[in-house]
Amino acid sequence: MSRLTRSAGLGLAVALGLGFTACSNQGPGDDPASDPASGKVTITYSNFISNGGNESNLADIVAAFNKDNPDIVVELETLPYADYFTALQTDLAAGSAADVFDIEYANYATYQANGALAALEGVDRSVYQPSLADAYATGGVQYALPSSFSNVVLFYNKDLFDAAGVAYPTADWTWADEKAAAEKIADPAAGVWGDYQPISYNEFYKAVAQAGGQFLNADASSVAFDSPAGLAAAEWLTQKSGTVMPTVEQGAGTPDFDSNLFSQGKLGLWHTGIWMFGSLADATFQWDIAVEPGDSRPASAMFSNALAVSADSQHKAEAQKWAEFMSSSRAMVDVRLRAGWELPPIADQSQLDAYLDAGQPANRQAVFDSLDAVVLAPSIGQNQAQMQDIVTEELTEAAAGRKSAEEAVQSAAQRVEPLLQR
Amino acid sequence: MRTAAGAARCPGEPQADGVRAARPANDPSPRPAAQRSRRRAKYALTVGLFLLPSAVPLVCFTIYPMFSALWTSLHEWNLLSPMRWVGLDNYRQLLSDPATRRAFGNTVYYILGYLPLVYVGGLGLALALNAAIPFRNFLRGVYFLPVVTSWIVVALVWRWLLNPSVGVVNLVLGWFGLDGPGWWTDPAWAMPSIILASAWKDLGFVMIILLAGLQAIPQDLYEAARVDGAGWWSRLRHVTWPMLSPTTFFVIVISLINGFQVFDQVYAMTGGGPAGASTVVVQQVYDLTFRYAQAGLASALSWLLFLVVLAVTVVQMAGQRRWVDYA
Repeated sequence: MSRLTRSAGLGLAVALGLGFTACSNQGPGDDPASDPASGKVTITYSNFISNGGNESNLADIVAAFNKDNPDIVVELETLPYADYFTALQTDLAAGSAADVFDIEYANYATYQANGALAALEGVDRSVYQPSLADAYATGGVQYALPSSFSNVVLFYNKDLFDAAGVAYPTADWTWADEKAAAEKIADPAAGVWGDYQPISYNEFYKAVAQAGGQFLNADASSVAFDSPAGLAAAEWLTQKSGTVMPTVEQGAGTPDFDSNLFSQGKLGLWHTGIWMFGSLADATFQWDIAVEPGDSRPASAMFSNALAVSADSQHKAEAQKWAEFMSSSRAMVDVRLRAGWELPPIADQSQLDAYLDAGQPANRQAVFDSLDAVVLAPSIGQNQAQMQDIVTEELTEAAAGRKSAEEAVQSAAQRVEPLLQR
Repeated sequence: MRTAAGAARCPGEPQADGVRAARPANDPSPRPAAQRSRRRAKYALTVGLFLLPSAVPLVCFTIYPMFSALWTSLHEWNLLSPMRWVGLDNYRQLLSDPATRRAFGNTVYYILGYLPLVYVGGLGLALALNAAIPFRNFLRGVYFLPVVTSWIVVALVWRWLLNPSVGVVNLVLGWFGLDGPGWWTDPAWAMPSIILASAWKDLGFVMIILLAGLQAIPQDLYEAARVDGAGWWSRLRHVTWPMLSPTTFFVIVISLINGFQVFDQVYAMTGGGPAGASTVVVQQVYDLTFRYAQAGLASALSWLLFLVVLAVTVVQMAGQRRWVDYA
């Protein structure tokens, strides 16, 4: 080795050494979020709940919060639901999570068990519906505050029902009634479809319950959907595709496809969440909602979101203040009810009365009636996302006709079984 | 360590020779050792400073993450809790998992479809645009345009072009009475869709490299061949092809390495679906890390991929003597 190469090698070592120094972690320095001169504290709130139509409503709640708390600045970061949990997981791993962030019931247990959530002390639990407050407490300690609950109902286009001469859905409809109505309304030549229900895990566990079965057994130690009820649910969800519902090739499953179809007046029946009320305010046709039909029994999905304070937050007190405001304040309740956003998780039911008269859809009572027969999402911990992906994938294959519903159910059961923690 | 060798030979050298040349060549007095080592240290520092701008990103974003991933691959880690040491368990699990075989299988499928398409297409374009045809520079620019376009944009455009119900491609096929396939919605056609879009995007890159290679071939070789009565095909086969072989070698090495790392277009066009039919290795790494919170397993898979790419490249380097002509 020549001296020149040796020296150059040394030079490289110097450069790499300096490089390593340059990318080492930044030490604790000035905290940009607090400004001692003005006494203001900035906290960040990362959310998906306002994405897709409720951004200005969230901004209104922040404005109300700032009236009471002029010294706390809330910086919003809004992400689509589809990307949100990927981003949150990465942020938590990197230690760069927002001070306050959204979670949902299905993944609360995982985040809590891994120490990502700060314990919230001195929370007035009496303002929340007890079941919702309990859902986010572990070992008697509150780790998150419910921010809303919502459910999925059956939306329908009244004009299309009238045109086809079909009676509107009622709370005691069954799958057979839905199917018959969808077939009468569907008019492929005019680009009108009868029904749309996503072919996904979220619809499947609910449909299994509607068919009288269970997704998992009682202690969640084994798969229970490889049953006649599971098969009935799979057939119910997959046979619509290509008959009364558009196929994947025709666009089903792409973002906003179903909401565009419904808001263009080209869809008779639509299974979706009550968070869509706001975006249908400008619809040029008459529409309403009904409790989702069951098969052997009614069952509705209920979702609940919550606000958590990051265990790494530098401003836990201020963050908790915002989380409490966002989950229980009168201002939040007013905005949510006025906008027809998801329902506030509050205990005082009298405050919810305004919701019933807030305009289209007329049958808002169906939102509460659906709560009479709720099926909760199965929660299996660490492997949740994998389980959901497998079920959705197998059902999609069946809907495309590449598998029978029975093969899809069997295959899904075999693949999900090893993911369960016993 | 291409950087080290390159730096030692190229940028430092003239300067160092200059320093040495300034000294009388016949100066017999040995200079004190201290002075010499000080000079060497100064030289090393100079080289180091010159290397710094590329060394910082290289270290921060390539070398450090690589070894950090190696460390992670020996642990079980869900990104939230502390890592737990598992030794080689992740590698054992991957090697026995059919999903790993499928991911590598899909990646090889991609390469086998992509590489011939992009090479033959690129060579054809390069030959055509090396000839004296009108609007030559304009056409070169047009074909290069997709190369500098973002993959997300290209993938979305191709998703629309290949849309099974309203896409242009199936519309045109319909004019000829052909019933177009489901493209990215059909497991059998998902990978061909991705290959098609990828070849279209990278054609311009391969074309530009081969064009440069073509223009480096001395014209007198062609004249001599013509005098000897060689036709178009003989000139291509016996002059162009051997003279172009170093460029071809470069294109194939680069395309293979890129092919093994294919991700953007898969993520944006199919997300690995339908039913995993287009899940390539990097997509699997992404899913394991960011969807399923199995960062240890994902890191192990990254290292398996690295070892495969390294092995393939070593084999190519060893094999080039047989067919690459540097004369």
